[in-house]
This record gives sequence, C-alpha cells and structure tokens, in this order.
Amino acid sequence: MPSSLDELNEGERAVISEVTGADSLSARLLEMGLLPGETIEMIGKAPMGDPIEYMVFHYRISLRKHEAKRVLVERE
Amino acid sequence: MVRQSISSNSPPKGNSSSGETQGGVPRNATVALIGNPNTGKSSLFNALCGANARVGNYAGVTVEHKTGRLQVGDRLSSPNRAQWQVEVVDLPGTYSLAARSADEAVSVEVLAGEMPGVPKPDAVIVILDSTNLERNLYLLSQVLELRIPVIAALNMWDRIDAEGVRIDPSKLSKSLGLPVICTSASNRTGIDELKIQLLEMLDRKDPSLGLPDSTSLASGCFPEAFGKSVDGLVDWFASEGIALNRFQVERLLIDDPQGHSFRVIAKDQSSTVQSKISEVRDALKSQGLAIPLFETRCRYGWIKSRISGVLERDSRPREHSTSDKIDRWLTHRWIGLLFFLVLMFLLFQSITLVADWPMKLIEEAQGFLGAWIESWVPPGPLRSLLVEGVLAGVGGVVVFLPQIAILFLFIGILEDCGYMSRAAFMMDKFMSVLGMSGKSFLPLMSSFACAIPGIMATRTIENRKDRMVTILIAPLMSCSARWPVYVLMVSAFVPPLTALNGWLSLRGAVLFGMVSLGSVVAIPVAWFLKRFLFPGEPSAFVMELSSYKWPSWRVVFARVWERVQAFVLRAGTLIFVTSVLVWAAAYFPANHAQLDAMVSQMESLSTDPQGHKAEIETLVEQINREKSRLIEQSFLGRAGNAIAPLVRPLGWDGKIGIAVLASFPAREVIVATLGTIYALGSGVDESNDGLADQLRAATWPDGTLVFSLATALSIMVFFALCAQCASTLMTIRRETNSWVWPIFSFLYMTTLAYVGAWVTYQVVSVWSL
Repeated sequence: MPSSLDELNEGERAVISEVTGADSLSARLLEMGLLPGETIEMIGKAPMGDPIEYMVFHYRISLRKHEAKRVLVERE
Repeated sequence: MVRQSISSNSPPKGNSSSGETQGGVPRNATVALIGNPNTGKSSLFNALCGANARVGNYAGVTVEHKTGRLQVGDRLSSPNRAQWQVEVVDLPGTYSLAARSADEAVSVEVLAGEMPGVPKPDAVIVILDSTNLERNLYLLSQVLELRIPVIAALNMWDRIDAEGVRIDPSKLSKSLGLPVICTSASNRTGIDELKIQLLEMLDRKDPSLGLPDSTSLASGCFPEAFGKSVDGLVDWFASEGIALNRFQVERLLIDDPQGHSFRVIAKDQSSTVQSKISEVRDALKSQGLAIPLFETRCRYGWIKSRISGVLERDSRPREHSTSDKIDRWLTHRWIGLLFFLVLMFLLFQSITLVADWPMKLIEEAQGFLGAWIESWVPPGPLRSLLVEGVLAGVGGVVVFLPQIAILFLFIGILEDCGYMSRAAFMMDKFMSVLGMSGKSFLPLMSSFACAIPGIMATRTIENRKDRMVTILIAPLMSCSARWPVYVLMVSAFVPPLTALNGWLSLRGAVLFGMVSLGSVVAIPVAWFLKRFLFPGEPSAFVMELSSYKWPSWRVVFARVWERVQAFVLRAGTLIFVTSVLVWAAAYFPANHAQLDAMVSQMESLSTDPQGHKAEIETLVEQINREKSRLIEQSFLGRAGNAIAPLVRPLGWDGKIGIAVLASFPAREVIVATLGTIYALGSGVDESNDGLADQLRAATWPDGTLVFSLATALSIMVFFALCAQCASTLMTIRRETNSWVWPIFSFLYMTTLAYVGAWVTYQVVSVWSL
C-alpha cells in the first residue's frame, strides 16, 4: 500500500512510486532525481519537525512536509 | 570572420597582456559558465578570470551579471594557436533550464544569444560536481540541446575518493561526445587544461581555420513522437507570426503554463497559444508521454545510459563517511539547534564587537584628516564641503566595511564548508510561519547589527519573492545606529526607576522594548508583503544539503573581497552623493561670513588656549549660537520649519523636525544635529550630559517644555521604525536594481514610524497626565 514520503520514519527506506501533480513543484522534484523507481531514505527531521532530510540519488535533499506529501512511496 | 561579426557588439576591450602577441589582432569570444548550485562555480570562475570580475545586473531583473576576462598567460599561448580575448559570463547556479525562476530565464536567454548586451556564447563550460554526477548531468543534457560547443568540467575531483566514487574521464568524454576535464577549482588544479581545451575548441570552431565544427551531439534523449510534436509546433508558431526556436518551443510545451517560460518566451500570448499547447500536450499524453514526468524520465534514462561503465560507487553504506557523522550531530534536534544558536551568537558578537575597533579607527582617521584639512583650508564653503560633505560622505561609506567584511567572512566559511544549507534547514519552519524560508534567517539576524550587510546577504536566497520580502523588512531590525538615539533619549528622559532589588530597571526595559519593536512590527509587515505584493503558493524549499568539507580560504577571501568591492563601487557612490547633497541643503543659502570670521578668530586664539581661556569660552558659545541660527536659515532648516505643523502631533517642535531631516543620511547623525541646533556645537555624543540638559531645558514659545517622556518615546519609536538611512536605501536600490523598492521602503517605513510615534505620543501624554 503506498504511503507518502513524509510518513517515513528516521532511517527508513522506500521506493518512489509516483510524484503527484503536474505543476512546477512536481517538475522540480522530478528534476532533483525523485523519480519513480528510485530508492529514498529518510535521514532526519529539523528541530521543529519540518523540513525533513532525505537521501536520494546519492545526495541529501531537504523537503518541506507539504512537498514530501507529493511523493508516494512503497515502503520496503 | 563570422565570429568577429557576432562578437562585435561585446563591450569594448581594454589592453590586455594576454591576447596581443605577434599573432596580430586577437579575436574576441564569449564563453558561458553554468552549473548547479554548490558545484564550486564561483571559485572556478575566479580561477579562470582572476579576482577582477565586473559585476552588474541584467537589465530589468535582480539577477547578477558577472563577467571576467579569461587569463590566458604566456604559458598557454603558442604560435600555432589563434590569439583570443575571451569574456567569461558566469551564469547563476541552477538545476535546470526550465526557466521557472528569473535566474533560470536569464541563463536560457544568455545561452540562446537573446540577452541584450551579451554576445551569443561561442562555447559553454558546464561545471559538474564529480561526487554527484548523475544529478549534475541533468543540466548538461539540457545545455546540449542549445547546440553550442560544450566542455564539461568535472569539478571537486579531489573529493571523489572520499565519497567512494570512481569515474573514468576518458570514457565519460567518449560517452558524452564532448571534452571532459577533471578540475578542483578550490585547489586550482586542472585549470590550465581547461583553458587549453577551451582555446582549442575556439580554434576549431573558427571557420577560417577550416577545422570541423566540434558542436556536440544534442542529447537526443527524447522519443521521436515528441520531436515531431515540437517540429509541428515550431511551424505552427511560425504561421502565427511568432518566431521561436526549437528549444523555446520545447520549454513551452513542457513547462508549467503559469510559469516563467510562458511569461517570458510567449510573452503572455493569446489564449490560442495556450489551447494549442494543451492540445499538443493531450496528444502526447495519449501516447504515454505525460508532462512533466516524461522529460525527467527521458533525461535520467539518457544519463544512466551515458554513465554505465563509466561511473562506479562503493557499495559500503554511506553512514561511514565523516560528513555524515558530522551531519548527524549538526542537524540533531537539540544539539544541532544549540550549536546553531551559539554560532549565531558568535557571529552577532563579531559584527557588533570585533567590527567596533576598526570602525573606531576609521572614525579617528576621519577626525584626524578633518583636522589636517582645517589646518590647510581657511574657514569657508570649501572647508565645510571638504570636511562636512566629502570627508563625512567617504567616512559614511568606509565605516560599513568592517561589518560587511566580517559578515561575509562568516558567510563564506559557512557556505563553503556546507553548513549554510543546514542552518537554513533548521530555521525553515520558524521562518516559514512568517512566509519566508530558512534562508532568510541569517540576513535578518545580521541586520540587527546593520541592515546593509544583511541586505547584501540576501543573495543567498534563491527564491525571488522570499528575497524581496527579506530585503524589505531587514531595515526594521534594530541596527546598531539606533543605539545612540535610544541611549540619548533614555538617559535624558526615562527616570532611573528600578524594581526587584535593582534587577529590573525601567531604562533597560525601555531599551529592550525599542530594540524589539522593529522585529515585532516586521511580522505583520512580512505577512502583508507576502500576501499582497508577492503572492503565490508557498515557495518550494527543495534544497540540496551538500557534504561537509574544509572551506577553501581562497574561495572565502575572494567572496569577502567581491562583496566589499561591490559595496564600495555600487552603493558607496550613491551614499557619498546623498551625504554631499544633505550637507549642501544644511549649508546653503545662509550667509556664513560671520561664522567663518569667528572660527578664524577662534583658531588664532587656540594657539595659546591657557592665555585666552575666558575669550575662547564666550567665542565657543557665540559660534554655537551662530551655527544654530545658520542651520535654521538653510534649506534644510526651512524645510524643517515647514514640516513643523506636520510633526506637531508627534510632540515635536521644528528643531526636532530639522534634526530628523538632517539625519536622512544616517540615523545616528540626529544626535550631532540636535547638538548643533540646541547650540552645543558639533562633537557631542549620546553620553553628553550637556546635550541631555539642553534638551530637558528646551521650551515652546509659550514657555512650556518641549521634551517630556512622551516626546522622547515618540522620537525613539520614530527612529525604531523609520528608514532614515540613505545607505540602506541605496543598498536596496543596488540589490533590487530598481528605484521602486528603496522608495517603497522609505514610504512604508516612514508611514509606520509616523503613525507609531503619533500613537506613542498621544497614549503616553494621556497616561502621564
């Protein structure tokens, strides 16, 4: 069952299944390498719980919660 | 000689030792430098061109336009190579050419040769982060479609071992079909090879040499159906009378119709364009090419095919890298936050305290030079212009340099070592409540020391709307120039009451309230600006957190130097002009003959100060009274008296009005001006008891006292919120590349200040009755 990226726990890995929406935010997420089929790992949250740090495509990226909600993942 | 005709509209070239050996007239060429953020692009630019870049703005936008001359040097020139004078254009760091932001749009326009004043580039250097090649190649795949010769610089080559990456550059070069050079810009390795490759590429591209054009293959990663749709659309646009190239049409087709490409490329063309594009999009979608997913999927598919067998990564888990270990602590919920706050405290201490002594030195030097001028130039308009206009104007520029240098030293270190993005990461939630992003935190905090370096630091904010809101509220932060005003007013008019056994003092509480006032007011102002002037969805905060590394001193100092130079050349001139203009308004048209005579007499008496003690004292008093009379007769004084009815509701008399007008170049000037107007002579400062006494004794024509607690508080509130700082306004002018924003800042802040002062005066007057 797909969950959204912001639901991952620290250290949890998942495979991206879809980036929803067709606006510039989705396009930016895709450009940054959040492609369907890629593995993504949740590294940690900022002191106030948002944004969240992830590891994808061999680098680290910070996404706000509402941005991470755009990304659907299959948990491993 | 096609090349020369293309480059003929480039800016005039000065004499240079580089290109003019026996090969005759050197040929001009333009080379663009492009890459993702955090790839070491600016240090590569400095390595190629040296530190003397020309920095300006692209016409009509806030995007910085930076160019430099490629340093070729004797080592690299050879008799069988053509002589070149190469202009290098440093394009803004960007992840994509999808023209979503002004930065990206500028890059596209420059690369397409459509930017006024910038010749179409003859070659492009795409700088790639070797440790993160896959994602960096995305931009390269887009640049290739512009059909300009490309060289790829594999930068940060020195770090690939530590990151567990192995790349075969010659295989990569073959697989991409373009020259690949391994560089490490911060260590200056691979730079000569890159320059040689670039010059050879220019040679080959020159048709007169008869060599084949080395234009790289376009990426060719899109399916045929898409290519056909683009061809059809190019023809359709042509039939509509709109000339667009393939790349532009591709972008229109792929990018968000609400986005920048549509505004810029199609110039908001009719709804027929919109409907035509959505028609083509629908057709593509039915063939399985959904926008925007298919573009990224095709490009990354192409990238994967290009790097297979070329790039390998260690399979060891990443957690073992030092950078990750550091990061675990530095972004830790509590330890990371504590570290950040300590760091910010240190930064704030250095801009306020460490910068203090060079600033004092500058002021002393100014005093010394003033005295030196006075010993040479007799009293009169020339002396006044030199000392009170020119010298004060220059001093008013130079005095900011220590703070700017220290702040950018910090920023340079934090950015180059990779911590800056973590700081933004940690503060983002807090700042996003105010409608900004984590990147606004440091510029705003620096503005508590001085808004000028703070506003300059907003360059680290990529999002234009966030950056504008940050620039516009930065002057509300309580800068150090407000302190003299607060200290004077508090010590003169706030009673020294204490509570809780002396642990809580009324004066301290008032000072604290004044320092906090601006930042509290900034919250609704930011909300308002975001809501009405820069509306739109909350900006994306998709941010790369690059690995930690040791900062390169070369990079850090180059940045400090660049900022200091930019401030002096770009804002400094305007600050200087404003100071001289305000001097003139305070000097003319009154007749200074009497004052000059008295000053001359004074100077001759001063040779024996002991012998003429009494005479000197009376003369000083006369001089001060005369100065006070003259300033009231000047243009500035007349203007101050003219606005007297306007400032009456604030509890101010005309003299305060004059002092406020005269403090337009800088807030702290009000202390000295009040001194002059209340006939104490210049050279008073906020701790001067004489001034405080004079203020306490000042009366209205009917004999009642001018100053009360209400008046003092009203002046303080006014200064907490007003934009009485020409230097800040001129910095806003330079940073936004428009007069609209400094005028807007001045108007909105002065309105706030006036209303705030009025409310304060009225409330406190009623309350203290």
